[in-house]
Amino acid sequence: MSKIEIKNIYKIFGPKPDQVLSMVQNGADKEQVLEETGHTVGLDNVSLSIEEGEIFVCMGLSGSGKSTLIRHINRLIDPTAGQVLVNDVDVLSLDEKEILEFRKKTMSMVFQRFGLFPHKTIIENVAYGLEIQEVPEDKRKEIAQGQIDAVGLQGFENQYPAQLSGGMQQRVGLARALATDPQILLMDEAFSALDPLIRSEMQSQLVDLQSKLKKTIVFITHDLDESLKLGDHIGILNGGRLVQVGRPEDIILNPADDYVKAFVKDVNRSKVLRAKTVMTKIDKFDTSGINPSSTYKYDEDTFIEELVPKVLKDRSTIEVIDKNGSTTGYISSDELSEALTKTK
Amino acid sequence: MWALFFIKIIMIRKILTYFTFPIFFVWLLVVSYNSSKRKPDSVMELFTDLSWLYDWPKWLDIPLMKWINDGFKVFNEKYGIYFEVINDFLLGAILSLKKFLIVLPWPVVIALVVAVVFFSSGRKIGTTVFVGFCTFFIGFLHPKFWDKAIETTSIMIIGIIICIIIGIPLGIAMSRNNKVRNAILPVLDLMQTIPSFCYLIPGIMLFGLGAVPAIIATVIYAVPPLVRLTDLGITLVDTEVIEAAEAFGASPKQKLLGVQLPLALPNIMQGINQCTMMALAMVVIASMIGTRGLGDEVLLGLQQLNVGKATEAGLAIVLLAIVLDRITQAYGKRIQDRNKPPE
Repeated sequence: MSKIEIKNIYKIFGPKPDQVLSMVQNGADKEQVLEETGHTVGLDNVSLSIEEGEIFVCMGLSGSGKSTLIRHINRLIDPTAGQVLVNDVDVLSLDEKEILEFRKKTMSMVFQRFGLFPHKTIIENVAYGLEIQEVPEDKRKEIAQGQIDAVGLQGFENQYPAQLSGGMQQRVGLARALATDPQILLMDEAFSALDPLIRSEMQSQLVDLQSKLKKTIVFITHDLDESLKLGDHIGILNGGRLVQVGRPEDIILNPADDYVKAFVKDVNRSKVLRAKTVMTKIDKFDTSGINPSSTYKYDEDTFIEELVPKVLKDRSTIEVIDKNGSTTGYISSDELSEALTKTK
Repeated sequence: MWALFFIKIIMIRKILTYFTFPIFFVWLLVVSYNSSKRKPDSVMELFTDLSWLYDWPKWLDIPLMKWINDGFKVFNEKYGIYFEVINDFLLGAILSLKKFLIVLPWPVVIALVVAVVFFSSGRKIGTTVFVGFCTFFIGFLHPKFWDKAIETTSIMIIGIIICIIIGIPLGIAMSRNNKVRNAILPVLDLMQTIPSFCYLIPGIMLFGLGAVPAIIATVIYAVPPLVRLTDLGITLVDTEVIEAAEAFGASPKQKLLGVQLPLALPNIMQGINQCTMMALAMVVIASMIGTRGLGDEVLLGLQQLNVGKATEAGLAIVLLAIVLDRITQAYGKRIQDRNKPPE
């Protein structure tokens, strides 16, 4: 069972979405629909499943429908057609009261422009979700304090959001989302408004937190590097359609269409590809030319970024080993140059 | 089958909207023609004698005046008793507030005003001293003005409280529903443009001369900006902040009280400020229906062609306006500073 299942979601914005739906279902694309009916297609037959404990990154340019998609998961937006299942519960079948309970218990959200409450102090902001759940005040202060410590903002508890820098504000946003201990974390372009240094710092912090917490995270971004760094799986949206879903290396090595190809063109491959994806399997590799004294053993999950200097400078061969320590394949300069140059 | 049925319903609705207005208009024409005393002897004359096309004919006249007068008469006979209750209640409220303020020695009142300004402005010394002097100068202009200013202030405070009780919920209702907004907006336009004498007179007929019709007139005149600014303030709250509240499962009530109203507060305070200023503008007009206060000094000066007297009283009103403006403005500004959106 998947944690989140999205089945054939359509979302059309405009005064009469139901009448336009059949047109979209018959394959009309976004521009055509806009021209003929004045309706905007937000999502066009999107189906996804997101597993428990993974970071699923949903990537696309602005207008691709990624923010619309994430808002379907907690039903801030209702779809025109389709189904959303969270923990095997059909979110669309919930009535008004149940939907509030569902949002309180299962998920929380982090926003691009932080979405902090400017009239509340940092600690009140972090405790907001608990306040809504009517947790007693001293209890929620205690939990909120713990989260503030976890993101490294001790000492700022009684300041107001306007007094903090962007990066600090987003830490507050993250702490606020984690304070309710949700199963699912929705992050809508959470780091896009931050400057590059802070952004990369926040990405690492998220990866660290995730290794401890094992939440199911749905992360929206328009930045390919960010999605490759964070995502266990990546879904690429274009014009409301889901173009490709896969692991980061699938996307790099086998882009589904020209749109994805254009996207991955400038990516630093050595930071994405792992040893096991580029190696030549042990049974196909000609081991006769190997000089044992300049052979290094590396784990199969190592990024090839680490291997490049060894191979290029010392002319050595890399022996790839799996978790049990047995050799599974080899990487020499041939494999490296092929992996780093172009798509197959 | 069902689709056809719906299309039929939609068509019927369209036909209704296209036809109701012309039918209503024709009905009005017929009614005004029939009720007129100066209509021609027979309808046929209209076609033989075309002179009615040159000057506006006497019979082309909606008997709106008669309808309103008759309606008001019936209304007054049927519900007049309720208005007496309202009258007694409001008069009691004004009198007790006035009595309280007049019994206090004047230095104590000044000290009270100073204290309120000091705390509402966030301990700004300059504003506080300035407002203190303004208050002092009201009495300093003419000793008679002190009690009159208190009388005016009591009427205004009650008026503003009524404005707040009516205006803020109306503004909230408008911000939540476009239909409500479309219904209320023209009414607000009407309230702001219709000359105040038009509602002063029925006010007098319902409540008698004095302070209560003045309060009613003040409320009608002063409540629209408060309603508009409450609506605007809530509509302007950052959508992402609202979404954040919703994403945590906040109910509409939690959202309104915990997020929307606090963030709309600077605008609402501005609305209350505008409300106060417009209420003060009604003071002179209200004095014409026998409301006592600073306004009747202006009226007296006008009637006696006493320029000095009218100016002096006018200045006192301005001073009162400054004092009230500073108090409401300062509080709003302080909230605004804190709520500055994160950059």
